[in-house]
Amino acid sequence: MKPDVLIIGGGLNGAALAIALARAGMPVTLVESRPLDTFTAEDFDGRAYALSLASKRMLAALELWPSMADEAQPILDIRVADGRPGEGAGFGAVHFDHAEIEEGPMGWIVEDRVVRRALIDRLGETPGIDIRAPARVVDHQTTASGAEATLESGETLRTGLIVACDGRESPTARRAGIHRIRHDYGQSAIVCAVAHERDHGGAAHQLFLPAGPFAILPLPGGHRSSIVWAERPALAARLRNAAEDEFLAALRPRFGDFLGPIRLAGKRFVYPLSLSLAERMTAPRLALLGDAAHGIHPLAGQGFNLGLRDSAALAEVLVEAARRGEDVGSPLVLARYGAWRSFDNTTTALAMSALDGLFSNDNPLLRLGRNLGLAAVERLPALKRRFIREAAGLTGALPRLLEGRPL
Amino acid sequence: MTGLRETIDPAEIAKFEAMADEWWDPAGKFRPLHMLNPCRLDYITRQIAGEFGRDLAAPRPFEGLRVLDIGCGGGLLAEPMARLGADVVGADAAEGNIHVARIHAAREGLAIDYRATTAEALAEAGEAFDVVLNMEVVEHVSDPPAYLAACHRLVRPGGIMVISTLNRTMKSFAAAIVGAEYVMRWLPRGTHDWRRFITPEELAALLGEAGFEVVDRTGFVFNPLGWSWSLSERDLSVNYAMTARHPG
Ligand SMILES: Cc1cc2nc3c(=O)[nH]c(=O)nc-3n(C[C@H](O)[C@H](O)[C@H](O)COP(=O)(O)OP(=O)(O)OC[C@H]3O[C@@H](n4cnc5c(N)ncnc54)[C@H](O)[C@@H]3O)c2cc1C
Ligand SMILES: C[S@@+](CC[C@H](N)C(=O)[O-])C[C@H]1O[C@@H](n2cnc3c(N)ncnc32)[C@H](O)[C@@H]1O
Repeated sequence: MKPDVLIIGGGLNGAALAIALARAGMPVTLVESRPLDTFTAEDFDGRAYALSLASKRMLAALELWPSMADEAQPILDIRVADGRPGEGAGFGAVHFDHAEIEEGPMGWIVEDRVVRRALIDRLGETPGIDIRAPARVVDHQTTASGAEATLESGETLRTGLIVACDGRESPTARRAGIHRIRHDYGQSAIVCAVAHERDHGGAAHQLFLPAGPFAILPLPGGHRSSIVWAERPALAARLRNAAEDEFLAALRPRFGDFLGPIRLAGKRFVYPLSLSLAERMTAPRLALLGDAAHGIHPLAGQGFNLGLRDSAALAEVLVEAARRGEDVGSPLVLARYGAWRSFDNTTTALAMSALDGLFSNDNPLLRLGRNLGLAAVERLPALKRRFIREAAGLTGALPRLLEGRPL
Repeated sequence: MTGLRETIDPAEIAKFEAMADEWWDPAGKFRPLHMLNPCRLDYITRQIAGEFGRDLAAPRPFEGLRVLDIGCGGGLLAEPMARLGADVVGADAAEGNIHVARIHAAREGLAIDYRATTAEALAEAGEAFDVVLNMEVVEHVSDPPAYLAACHRLVRPGGIMVISTLNRTMKSFAAAIVGAEYVMRWLPRGTHDWRRFITPEELAALLGEAGFEVVDRTGFVFNPLGWSWSLSERDLSVNYAMTARHPG
């Protein structure tokens, strides 16, 4: 018997989906081109994720949260401001305090290596997951009743459905003829951990600077924060290799001195920032998920959250279909996933792009407009509560896993 | 007992023969059945699981159950039952349907015993099943009481039959005939004869006369906003189903 689902790509999203499906009794094969232990190496990735409340509930339902909880920093306050380097926050600063919604913290900051370790440990322990890593998929073919993926080794794997979790360049989507809408923001993100003297008190800061957004995300312990600093690519590359003193001298005017003296607390990483949206989320015998469907601007930290929302919806659609005996790779089943997810994904991606375009601009009129806009948000409690609930992932028709319920 | 009178209506069978190639095209003439499928499968699988104590979250939960899909058409329900592990016989009076159903099941790698035959002939041959699915057929036969009596013989004592059909209300007239056949052109005109539709009270009475005990009933309700169907305990006004047990 051919396995029901073949997942290409064992990044955060491929791993989370494999666990969600296997726990609900659906056997899966997971193919990842890199050895899994490279992901948990200390210096693999400097990113920290802002996980929404809904994402955390899902990780809890998958029993992934307990091993991350101790290393997760609750976000108790989000401050969004429109500012220029060296200036204080504009009068339009917005302040989102978790006390304004009843669900508790608005999110948690968790470092990449912590999430990866939890996922990889669970992958190994969950029955029903056939892990092929390192193994690269080099080709795939579909017929009306199934699909077949060819590995670099020459081996072919048969399945009823391929789920492409192979990242924002998704070779699988390309082979299926799915076009992408791309936009290069002309920015790169510098990501690193910074140690500071004063306690951050669980506050996350988002600053809109002319070169692009700048975020300070609180890490556990109170005295370390992760920064995401968008800059022109040439400058970003120079800053990555600059001596620590020079780097800190450039960072200080942006970071400010509200947390006291700062120093570097880890390697610096640079990621190019672009938008890469697949035009469709499904093709015959194929579903796209995570960055393969939508690589968005990291503003507001929605990338992994969106991926988890995809996984929760796809797992629910597939598991329900399997339990009623449907062919899980059939167009009717895939259409349910597409309909559930495309709207959310497209609106989130476009909203992030629009926000960034609006804010990454030094035009004084625009600046005034957005200050007024932010001030309006600040003064309208209902609107503000909506933003907070949106950021916490609590809006829209929620799949069960996002409510923390098992499948 | 011998010589059960066939209840097939040749004119009705000819209509289905003419559409046989379209069974598996979700955008084709059988689109209403494809759209209804998740909802009615939810109902069928839960009724079977409840009756026979099976866990739908387990792999192949219907292993060991013998299921007959009578009037199976292209196998829209027979295939899911086989995927869930049941031993499935699919029977239809239209040969063309059986041909299409066989080709599709082979492509899906499913072993289903498809036969071009009728309920009466199967009963005559002494076949018996744990579960008989009798979905959207009774409104197409010439003699519903005789047909249901044959179906009763096909359910082994202690087994169940799940039966669905269209209600005879103004709403079903509007939905099935004006809506599906004329406005949406989902179905060729003349697919349904509204006068043959059966109300839930009539069906329950017919089932009782045939020797069944009705244990459950549900409505299938179309939601035009989500283009989807859902189950309703109260609204049986258009499409509905009943589960009937062969006591024993
Ligand atoms: C600077 C930055 C900061 C971010 N911050 C946040 C944040 O705060 N919050 C948040 O939610 N998100 C954030 N994101 C986004 C988040 O990192 C991504 O959305 C997420 O990592 C995407 O995961 P993925 O599994 O979909 O894709 P990827 O991580 O790209 O994984 C794809 C995997 O597929 C494998 N693969 C590719 N091709 C093949 C093949 N042919 N055969 C086998 N395997 C293959 C690759 O090896 C890889 O492991 C950030 C992104 C950036 C760039
Ligand atoms: C509306 S279709 C329903 C098909 C299938 N049960 C479903 O719901 O997907 C009705 C089917 O019943 C078949 N049929 C009608 N009368 C029959 C009879 N007396 N014996 C067997 N099949 C019959 C027709 O050929 C047709 O395929």
